[in-house]
Amino acid sequence: MNAINTGDTAFILIASALVMFMTPGLALFYGGMVRSKNVLGTIMHSFIILGLVTIEWVLWGYSNAFGPDLGGVIGSLDWFGLSGVGIAPFKDYAGTIPHQAFMIFQMMFAIITPALITGTFAERIKFSTFVVFTLLWCTLVYNPVAHWVWGIGGWLRDLGALDFAGGTVVHINSGIAALAAALVIGKRKGYGHEPFHPHNLPMTIMGAAILWFGWFGFNAGSALGANGLAVSAFVTTHIAAAAATFSWVFTEWMYRGKPTTLGAASGAVAGLVAITPAAGFVGPLSALMIGLAAGVLCYFAIFLKHKLGYDDALDVVGVHGVGGTFGALATGLFASKLINEAGNNGLFFGNPVQLGIQAIAVGVTLVYSFVVTLIILKVLDWTMGLRVEHEDEQAGLDLSQHSEVGYNL
Amino acid sequence: MKKIEAIIKPFKLDEIKEALQGLDIKGMTITEVKGFGRQKGHTEIYRGAEYIIDFIPKVKLELILDDSQVPQVLKTIQETARTGKIGDGKIFVLPVGEVIRIRTGETGSSAI
Repeated sequence: MNAINTGDTAFILIASALVMFMTPGLALFYGGMVRSKNVLGTIMHSFIILGLVTIEWVLWGYSNAFGPDLGGVIGSLDWFGLSGVGIAPFKDYAGTIPHQAFMIFQMMFAIITPALITGTFAERIKFSTFVVFTLLWCTLVYNPVAHWVWGIGGWLRDLGALDFAGGTVVHINSGIAALAAALVIGKRKGYGHEPFHPHNLPMTIMGAAILWFGWFGFNAGSALGANGLAVSAFVTTHIAAAAATFSWVFTEWMYRGKPTTLGAASGAVAGLVAITPAAGFVGPLSALMIGLAAGVLCYFAIFLKHKLGYDDALDVVGVHGVGGTFGALATGLFASKLINEAGNNGLFFGNPVQLGIQAIAVGVTLVYSFVVTLIILKVLDWTMGLRVEHEDEQAGLDLSQHSEVGYNL
Repeated sequence: MKKIEAIIKPFKLDEIKEALQGLDIKGMTITEVKGFGRQKGHTEIYRGAEYIIDFIPKVKLELILDDSQVPQVLKTIQETARTGKIGDGKIFVLPVGEVIRIRTGETGSSAI
């Protein structure tokens, strides 16, 4: 049982690299949407996380998230510094690949999740505070939630919540944290009466394309083997992304009169977010419906911030929070044991209880992540200060935080 | 001596330049500018948020002319820049006090 399968191992290594590539992809996706004076600051938010969270994950992150369970809420520090995490497979997580392959695959998820949040406080956060925030957030929010949902002994996992590739852990978690962050940090100077134009949409679209590409590793890789389930997840992932690209563009075309490229890029990401928890539990037609619905839903979710008056700069709440929540609940509707025996049936396949379990996982993640993120940010605001000075915001993060400019034209 | 400043539609620049070159013009300076007049701006839409862009791109021509050339140049610019649609631009004529060629120190009309 504990024999290493070379095909599975090769696949997970590639999938890990694909997921790693999503974070610089996200940097471009976000970087193109900000004003040119903040392009480097925005890219840096994602890039520095590659460094920071890798260190955190090796030292205590992996152990807290996946290590030996303590009361269903957190992993112990037994695997601190990857102690005991070697080449031999750990069969409770993935019996056919080296334990370190599972660890590095999961590391890439831990990296991109805090990077997703950065879109909400783009163009105004102080870099030093941002670094401390990220470290605290990973430790106090990501690691526990990952443990609850995915860790052996995690209480949501034991409850039967289905989250194939991270709808709750990654997207709801980062999406709701983004809402807390937008509320604490406040609006960008001039928001509401000055235009905030994306400065480089080709960059954003390139980023979206890289995200789409990397997402195959994210979702198919979550099968943890080069097998039929991975293929099924790969197929559903692509279908949902394509469907949401189309439905977002079509919706805005009807609603605002023009089909936009930013809409196409946003729709793709919304579809990918929504299918993430469902990817390995649903069939192709279910994926099509999830994608179509996600494109429409997330398009309208973008308007929440105008209605409610917070400045979620790059729409993390609308896309990841709402898309992730929808996807997690849709998993409770569309999941089918015909697709994945290890999963369960959803409401449409005769098991209404699953929808309730999904709702519990969603609700708990929303509340926990929101509250803890709010506390972390409030404390940091009082101690270090969250925002850059007005003058620095005016000059842009590139110059004020990094002494660089993105373009010398 | 007069200075001509003309605000024109950017796509008309080449046509005007060629027409003016036929009139023995000694030089010309152009700047890409943005502004608004009676022409309405345009709308840009990003993720459903509509922005009205008031300042639209134009090109500003600047020429210094001897008085004798002024009527012909004005006529040429006016005719060439015209599309008949709103937003064709404006031409301003200003008096020039002095012109000095930096290299030689010549002044007045011969320095143009």
